[in-house]
Amino acid sequence: MMTRPKPEPVQVIKQRRDAALAKLAGNVPYIQHLGVNFDRRGDELTAILPYNENLIGNPFLPAIHGGAIGAFMEIAAVMELMWSIVWQQMENGGPAAEAIERGAFPAMPKTIDFTVDYLRTGLPRDAYARARVNRSGRRYASVNVEAWQDNKTRIFSQATGHFLMPQLITE
Amino acid sequence: MTQTTTAERRKMAEQFISVIPHSRDLGMALEDFGDGMAEMSIEYDPRFVGDPDTGVLHGGVITALLDTCSGVAVSSHSSVTEATATIDLRIDYMRPATPGQRILAKAQCYRVTKSVAFVHAKAYDENEDAPVATAAGAFTVGLPKKEGA
Repeated sequence: MMTRPKPEPVQVIKQRRDAALAKLAGNVPYIQHLGVNFDRRGDELTAILPYNENLIGNPFLPAIHGGAIGAFMEIAAVMELMWSIVWQQMENGGPAAEAIERGAFPAMPKTIDFTVDYLRTGLPRDAYARARVNRSGRRYASVNVEAWQDNKTRIFSQATGHFLMPQLITE
Repeated sequence: MTQTTTAERRKMAEQFISVIPHSRDLGMALEDFGDGMAEMSIEYDPRFVGDPDTGVLHGGVITALLDTCSGVAVSSHSSVTEATATIDLRIDYMRPATPGQRILAKAQCYRVTKSVAFVHAKAYDENEDAPVATAAGAFTVGLPKKEGA
């Protein structure tokens, strides 16, 4: 009879994934500067941009700066892509997974182009974004992002970006 | 005559940028200003890095600079009198910005219709021959209707 290895306790797996995500976001100064953090449900990420006064682009309305919104969406897109790579490597185990455990991540994907569609004024409130990797090949990836504030159905910005994938060490 | 001179508009633009918290937060400065054109810069700052392994600035910083510079170029256009907002902005990244160097953005508002202004913009580091990024944007022109009206 085949003996399956005993599955790891859920807390160990959770702790490993949360630690990897925290390290990944914590390593990027601009993510820290904007104050973006991530909520994780399994492999699903939600990027959160907590409101602060420095995000304002139009003090008279007031409204969040289009550049801050664009940056937030790009952060959400890159992190989703990076997380999908890291997640897969952690799941596969082996040397790549051990490297991640030590905090040695694969290189970041590079943005080729990024298009932001500003649908509504960004209000002085927290913003949320979820990205979806529509295609991820060996060299290129296409990612879509939607962002909302109070109402999930009223997205205030959407974006599409193309990225150059990092060269992964595969055995 | 209500026509404002470039010098007056420039002063207005400088004041405008100085009261935008996000532009101040990123240390944006107005370098040049004319009818339908603007140049703005951002100093290299380790807090704005996007790739910790290379020290390259985050694309979002370039986005913020190009968006602001494009918006200022629209406001500087002689046929635009009211506030403007970005409809969409596409940015193409040609190469990573050299770590340690300041970024200069140049934007040209090349066409204004009754409702839309069209802008092309470029971002450089110290190597002006090879842009770091180019952008194409559409901006609102004309007073917005009251919501719900």
